[in-house]
Amino acid sequence: MNNTSNIDQAVFAKRKRANKIGLSLSMGAMVLGMIFLFWILSVLLFKGFSAIDFNLFTQSTPAPGSEGGGLANAIVGSLLLVGTCTLISTPIGVLAGLYLSEYGDRSRVAAITRFVTDIMLSAPSIVIGLFVYAFVVAQVRHFSGWAGTVALALIAIPVVVRTTENMLRLVPGSLREAAYALGTPKWKVAFMITLRAAQSGVMTGILLALARVSGETAPLLFTALNNQFFSTNMNAPMANLPVVIFQFAMSPYDNWVDLAWGGALLITFAVLGLNILARVVFREKVQG
Amino acid sequence: MDITQSHSAPTPQALKIAKLQRIQDFLFHGITQFFALSVLIALLGILISLVINAWPALHTFGLGFFFSQEWDVVNGEFGGLIAIYGTVVTSLIALLIAVPLSFGIAVFLTELCPGPLRRPLGTAVELLAAVPSIIYGMFGLFIFAPLFAEYIQPALAATLGQVPGLGILFSGAFNGIGILCAGLILAMMILPFIASVMRDVFEIVPPVLKESAYGIGCTTWEVVKNVVLPYTKAGVIGGVMLGLGRALGETMAVTFVIGNAHRLSASLFSPGTSIASTLANEFGEAEAGNHLSSLFALGLALFIITFVVLACAKWMLNNMEKKQGLKT
Repeated sequence: MNNTSNIDQAVFAKRKRANKIGLSLSMGAMVLGMIFLFWILSVLLFKGFSAIDFNLFTQSTPAPGSEGGGLANAIVGSLLLVGTCTLISTPIGVLAGLYLSEYGDRSRVAAITRFVTDIMLSAPSIVIGLFVYAFVVAQVRHFSGWAGTVALALIAIPVVVRTTENMLRLVPGSLREAAYALGTPKWKVAFMITLRAAQSGVMTGILLALARVSGETAPLLFTALNNQFFSTNMNAPMANLPVVIFQFAMSPYDNWVDLAWGGALLITFAVLGLNILARVVFREKVQG
Repeated sequence: MDITQSHSAPTPQALKIAKLQRIQDFLFHGITQFFALSVLIALLGILISLVINAWPALHTFGLGFFFSQEWDVVNGEFGGLIAIYGTVVTSLIALLIAVPLSFGIAVFLTELCPGPLRRPLGTAVELLAAVPSIIYGMFGLFIFAPLFAEYIQPALAATLGQVPGLGILFSGAFNGIGILCAGLILAMMILPFIASVMRDVFEIVPPVLKESAYGIGCTTWEVVKNVVLPYTKAGVIGGVMLGLGRALGETMAVTFVIGNAHRLSASLFSPGTSIASTLANEFGEAEAGNHLSSLFALGLALFIITFVVLACAKWMLNNMEKKQGLKT
């Protein structure tokens, strides 16, 4: 009797030890993850803030070897690219999302579209760049801001589609039924009732898509390319922050590398800010 | 009498409105369906344009393109093996490191974390996933690679490098940048992706299952190992494959730190190249002809590999969601 209880004690101790080891490893992983986050952010803050000054926002990217300079052309270019991308991808994405949620329950087309959209969500962005190069740049024979916009829109649309669909599905069916009972046609229900009820959720999706494309570099390399000068001509190659960061960070000039850190800080803050904004917008909806 | 009459004979005006609305509904259905289909068309377009542009290279070099080490821009000889090897090896290194870590993070967030901290820590992990990949690349090149060369590489060479057979993987000069460094940066990048998917699938385990396990005296670790993990197996594997898909296609984080050398070497310390980084570096300067076409062929290979991986991931995660729908 005494013997078995001793064995039990041993087993119990062993189980407790396994538990302790497993849980401490798990806690260690969390700590490591947080260390990465703070390490990256602190490096960015430290290196980026020293590079940010007034000139960064007023002067264009410097020529090789010359002093000073800023990122004004790249900032404006990025804003233009991301802005036009939003204008294109929002209507397409929202309408496609409407289709998936309002008509997509039993349709095979919708099931396949949903599957493909999910894959496009994580498709390699550089391949999308290749596609736009072949489809747009090779046809018109020059790099252009529009080509960059198309590439970014191809990345943003799946994000908008999927969040729109998920948010529309959260709208209670009774709301739709109440509208139908009054004789409202389906398109009006979709636009005036469902979409309006899911407004802030759809906004969240658009903001997340914006955040996603603001940091994309790979698809812009062969589409918008880069432009050393200030330009708002969407038909010509266009400077943009990610590509400038890529080129400047790899360059041998110290002031270029500094500018790259400044740009990196701007982009990260924009992306994280948009993400946090998206969360706030969504949370307000859930609570209200 | 009045009532039946008004039912059987709608006014012409009402008929007109009904007709108009029917047309509007038809149009609405058509337009939204068109935009939904445009996503499908885009995918087909990508595939077709890649095949068309890759065709000259595939025609010249045959299927041997994917098994040839040659990458000679001057003489126009191209093969994709080195880039494919680099892509696969860096992604596998990334998975090897990121999977256990993200499992730990997911367990912490679902089982251990005190309530008030759960949300901010979860958000922090998701923000880590949102940091643009070019930032990881810069961080890798300027901060991580020098530290890696100074401390980690000598340590690895002195320990794992001495193991017979395994040693060759950890030999060579301590440059910092190289295949192993790229794998580590990728690991950092996909870690939050996998962790947040795992957390989401862990959260769908019905509390009753966990509580009954606790009720018969299981420890937290035993609950995770014997209840949560078996229940969410498909979802966890789906999350891992999703991370793998990201890692395979990642461009900027890898391009900065892989070294961009078309060389096949047994050592993980040596510089190499991946499909995405080859594309990023050479596409801009490639001459039309075999070089450009070979780059398209690499892109096609990358697209097909990631498509298969992501499709498997999606399939497994969908099954998981269905299960959730049935059980709760």
